[in-house]
Amino acid sequence: MTEAKRFNWLGWLAFAGLLLAWEFAARGNPKLQLYFPPISTIMASLCQLVVGGRIGGHFWVTVIRFFAGYALAALIAVLLGIVLGYFRVLHSFVAMLIEFLRPMPSVAIIPVAILLLGIGDGMIVAVTVYASIWAILINTIEGVRHIEPTLIDTARTFGLGRGQVLWQIILPAASPYIVTGLRIGLSIALILVTTAEMIAGSKGLGFFILDEERSMNSSNMYAGIVVVAVLGYALNRVFLIIESKAMRWHHGMTARGGA
Amino acid sequence: MPILQVQGLSKSYRQAGGETTVAIGNITCAVEAGEFVSFVGPSGCGKTTLLMSIAGLLAPTAGKIIVNGSEVAGPPRDLVLLFQEYNKSLFAWRTVLGNVLFGVHARGNHSTEGDAKARQLIELVGLKGFEKHYPWELSGGMQQRVAIARALAYEPQLLLMDEPFGALDALTRLELEDMLLKLWAELRTTILFITHDIEEAIYLSDRIWMLSRRPSQIVQEFRIDFSRPRHQVNTRAEPRFMEIRNDIYRQIGNAGAS
Repeated sequence: MTEAKRFNWLGWLAFAGLLLAWEFAARGNPKLQLYFPPISTIMASLCQLVVGGRIGGHFWVTVIRFFAGYALAALIAVLLGIVLGYFRVLHSFVAMLIEFLRPMPSVAIIPVAILLLGIGDGMIVAVTVYASIWAILINTIEGVRHIEPTLIDTARTFGLGRGQVLWQIILPAASPYIVTGLRIGLSIALILVTTAEMIAGSKGLGFFILDEERSMNSSNMYAGIVVVAVLGYALNRVFLIIESKAMRWHHGMTARGGA
Repeated sequence: MPILQVQGLSKSYRQAGGETTVAIGNITCAVEAGEFVSFVGPSGCGKTTLLMSIAGLLAPTAGKIIVNGSEVAGPPRDLVLLFQEYNKSLFAWRTVLGNVLFGVHARGNHSTEGDAKARQLIELVGLKGFEKHYPWELSGGMQQRVAIARALAYEPQLLLMDEPFGALDALTRLELEDMLLKLWAELRTTILFITHDIEEAIYLSDRIWMLSRRPSQIVQEFRIDFSRPRHQVNTRAEPRFMEIRNDIYRQIGNAGAS
């Protein structure tokens, strides 16, 4: 715990060193600048894009698509995962299908989605849902299966009905697994939003990055990449902060190696 | 009318190989309100199956279970079952107070008095000051105290206990036995207790039913009439205590030989 909270000076120093090396290498070699503009140039482009309002619209489009896809995936995967984890017969029916689809690179579904849904928001959100659903689903099923039967028996002896057992016992008892799935799903969702935007879109950060590359504006392209990187980093941090608050009981338990 | 009547109960399992195991042969018994009754018997004699059936968690193969006048066809409202494995039955995501409040809320009491009631029970089981701790922060004995407080918060008329002290060390066990007797006397609940510890059964109970090996039946009933409150040293030192103990041991020896 204290280890994670301490400011990581060495890490930041290495990161800053890398950026400085890039800066000087690019400045010393003008031929290279087409591909690797100096960091300072990229930052200047970023400032212009932000102030000029050229990137904000793309940013929000991506954020909204991401949240729509991620939230929908989380909802579907957790509900479905609980049902499949609880009723083993049902799981046997779909187990092969899940095992087959899960390892398939999700980007392969993008052409299918374009075929069915066109190239609008719906397609991008659908692809995001599809891609991020698996990690959450698999983990939720595992979580429900690992629930101690005594917990359910205890709840039943206290007169809880099926619905109450679901909300009060199954969901919290499986939550450590579900949260793991949600954390993996978060990164996947962001990858798929950006990729789908690159392939078929006229808005969003993915589109912006590819569009600037095609226009040979490499410093704008890098600025777009920086925005996506910061977005990913921020989403992860927010997730971890919420998780550490909500799952405090579980972190303490596992840190002590308890039951 | 007895609070619990078991009539001709039997329970068989079909095993993986297709063979049928008869866990409970034929059990008929009745418990009066306010009694403390124990089942003892050789290990693997189906004690837990019996308790799970009474709790409505397992359907009997034949026979009837009647709690408070109505036949059991699912977990009865007036009864709660306390398991031996406190580390598996406590809700790890709830604090001590949260776990005990669960019992209060399960009874349907959502008022602010419910909170006070939970805190009072926590105090009664000797855990005042630990309300905000999580179960994993407590010792085994303390965890089982939480489980007992949670069960009592439900205000069951009948409390079933499946070897509740079986996993605890000897000293903690004695402490919890006395705590349980005190709570039982104060709250006037009925307790049906399972233990493999014969002396524990004698020390706690009004009556003891001795079960045979599977398919289990009640072989004999022992009435224990030591005065209450009982005393860990004095009660256990009475000659009659030794007599009953030896009697049961001899019976178990016979049951095992058959």
